[in-house]
Amino acid sequence: MTDATSTPADAAGNQDAGTEQEPMSPTIENALIATAFAEVVGVDDVTEHKYASSDTTYHFAHVDPRSWLDAIAGAKDAGFDFFIDLYAVDHFSQAPRFEVGINLVSMEMNQRLIISTRVPYDEPTLPSATGLFVGANFYEREAYDLFGIGFVGHPDLTRILLPDDWEGHPLLKDYGATPIPVEFKAGSADL
Amino acid sequence: MSDTTNIPDNEMIDAAAVATDDSAGTHDRESGETRRRDIHTIWVSGTEERYPFAAETGEGAQEMLPADVDPTARLQGGIVVDDDYVSQGEDDPSERQIINMGPQHPSTHGVLRLQLELEGETIKRVKPIIGYLHTGMEKTAETLNYAQGSTNVTRMDYLAPFNNELTFSLTVEQLLGIDVPERAQAIRVLMTELDRVASHLIWAATQGMDIGAVSMMIYGWREREICLDFFETVTGLRMNHNYIRPGGVAADLPDGWEDGVTNLIAKVSVGVDEYEELLNDTSIFLDRTLGVGVITPEECKQYGITGPIARASGVNWDLRKSAPYSGIDKYEFHVPLGRYGDVHDRWLVRMAEIRESLKIVKQVMDTIPEGDYRHEDRKITPPPRKRIDESMEALIHHFKLFTEGILVPPGTAYQSVEGPRGELGCLMVSKGGARPWRMHWRAPSFAAVQALPVMLTDSLVADVIASLASSDPVLGDVDR
Repeated sequence: MTDATSTPADAAGNQDAGTEQEPMSPTIENALIATAFAEVVGVDDVTEHKYASSDTTYHFAHVDPRSWLDAIAGAKDAGFDFFIDLYAVDHFSQAPRFEVGINLVSMEMNQRLIISTRVPYDEPTLPSATGLFVGANFYEREAYDLFGIGFVGHPDLTRILLPDDWEGHPLLKDYGATPIPVEFKAGSADL
Repeated sequence: MSDTTNIPDNEMIDAAAVATDDSAGTHDRESGETRRRDIHTIWVSGTEERYPFAAETGEGAQEMLPADVDPTARLQGGIVVDDDYVSQGEDDPSERQIINMGPQHPSTHGVLRLQLELEGETIKRVKPIIGYLHTGMEKTAETLNYAQGSTNVTRMDYLAPFNNELTFSLTVEQLLGIDVPERAQAIRVLMTELDRVASHLIWAATQGMDIGAVSMMIYGWREREICLDFFETVTGLRMNHNYIRPGGVAADLPDGWEDGVTNLIAKVSVGVDEYEELLNDTSIFLDRTLGVGVITPEECKQYGITGPIARASGVNWDLRKSAPYSGIDKYEFHVPLGRYGDVHDRWLVRMAEIRESLKIVKQVMDTIPEGDYRHEDRKITPPPRKRIDESMEALIHHFKLFTEGILVPPGTAYQSVEGPRGELGCLMVSKGGARPWRMHWRAPSFAAVQALPVMLTDSLVADVIASLASSDPVLGDVDR
């Protein structure tokens, strides 16, 4: 256990969990973030997007797959140390077919940065980000399961949502969305 | 196995030609299947080494990772942890036993399975296994147009349907580049905050029951019923409302809705006071919750833990403050923070959040502006029923909207709201047209389930229930 183990004596101190905090101000120095990030990871392809019904913004950065891990490490060093999400997209019929993105947050700067890269269909691999963010584990398994994208260095790259013996990767665009007949294995004749 | 991949024949042959030959020998099934599998073969970059398929990894249904996996410690002061934590005891491994908790266990809040490696009563390793409720909703979303999409997403986190609908609608609106009218924004805030109250109430009920405070189960459901009654008055449904839609909300609030909200605020406030009086200082409750299931702020950041769990650990992060949506920054409220990150702090934080949400609801009721309840662009929202009888233009718009759907320009958008379980995000890719090309859902419960090994390792079996319940997973949200 960590040092946060509380004793019943701490219960009194525990009671003030509802105390008010300084409200976080949505101060944004967008240009600064973009340039800082461009310097750290060596990309300048950073675009700013605005949330709907809101004044706040977030950033998309597109990097080369070869600098995928460097970009994430650079962003982490630059303060984007809160892992939020990792996603994959199948841009079927476009040249590098898969897009993989990681969604990081900096609490200090109150900024969100989504770093994305494109990997080709015939070699859909990326180095795993689990060394930098442990939480990427399940998300990379999900991308492997549903898209067949491999993450080199992942400790346990297995299917996560689908059964182990499932064939194919359902979120690929050339995988049909039609119903699949249920097969009751225990009831089949050859058992 | 039947033909489950549905890949056109020409595609199959082309892709199989790309795959190298040495993989053929490793599949001793019939050739057609080998070929089909080769389409999805993954190669380690720059080598001839093939990624193992799941069935070949030995990570089958009843096995955990080998015990000699690099035994890294829990995250303490920034050291990176492994997902499957291996304890470093000198004890003889043969003394250990693996038990499966779930997927049908009543305390797993759905179909979650935990593999627990026990040494006596102490948990040495945990492996969460999910997917039992996977229904392919992200794939389904690609076949539904934007008007139909909110009926799909509302079924994901079924305890917080309004938050799902809001996330979806905001994402579509971001792609469309529209802002909804102020009244619609206020209604959205009203419903999502009441949704948070209802979700936290049911959490309090199940958390109480799971650790033995069975009367809490009755009280929590009792107060939640008042919330559901109000939802039913407004939307016609108790769950899966499809009320918040791209462009606004489905209908204006009904006459006399203020009475319902006033009644709700009065009763739920009394209820929350009662719960805290009942449990906060009860010695049994304290024994079961203090110092149990601790997660540190660093671990929260590593695992993507957001929402009440992170705030109970002292992570001052609330999207309602940091990236305010739907005009929620107009209302005054505080972000409750815990200090120790244990089960008891999560209890206190959620109770405080119910009070803060009710505060927001009260302010919405006092300040709700008059005006439209949806965006008045006929390419996005349908015309009023009456106009269809009078205007040809309205009829055409109605017809186009319900046959073709909302046309959304190409682009990629990410939008997130502070759901009851944490950051509920949606990443949507549009290539133009009426259907999303890809809808990725950032589910807070998914991250919470992933972090269960951190909370559970080295605790007692009985504490599994307390920690699991306090992380409030909704399996519809985890598996989607």
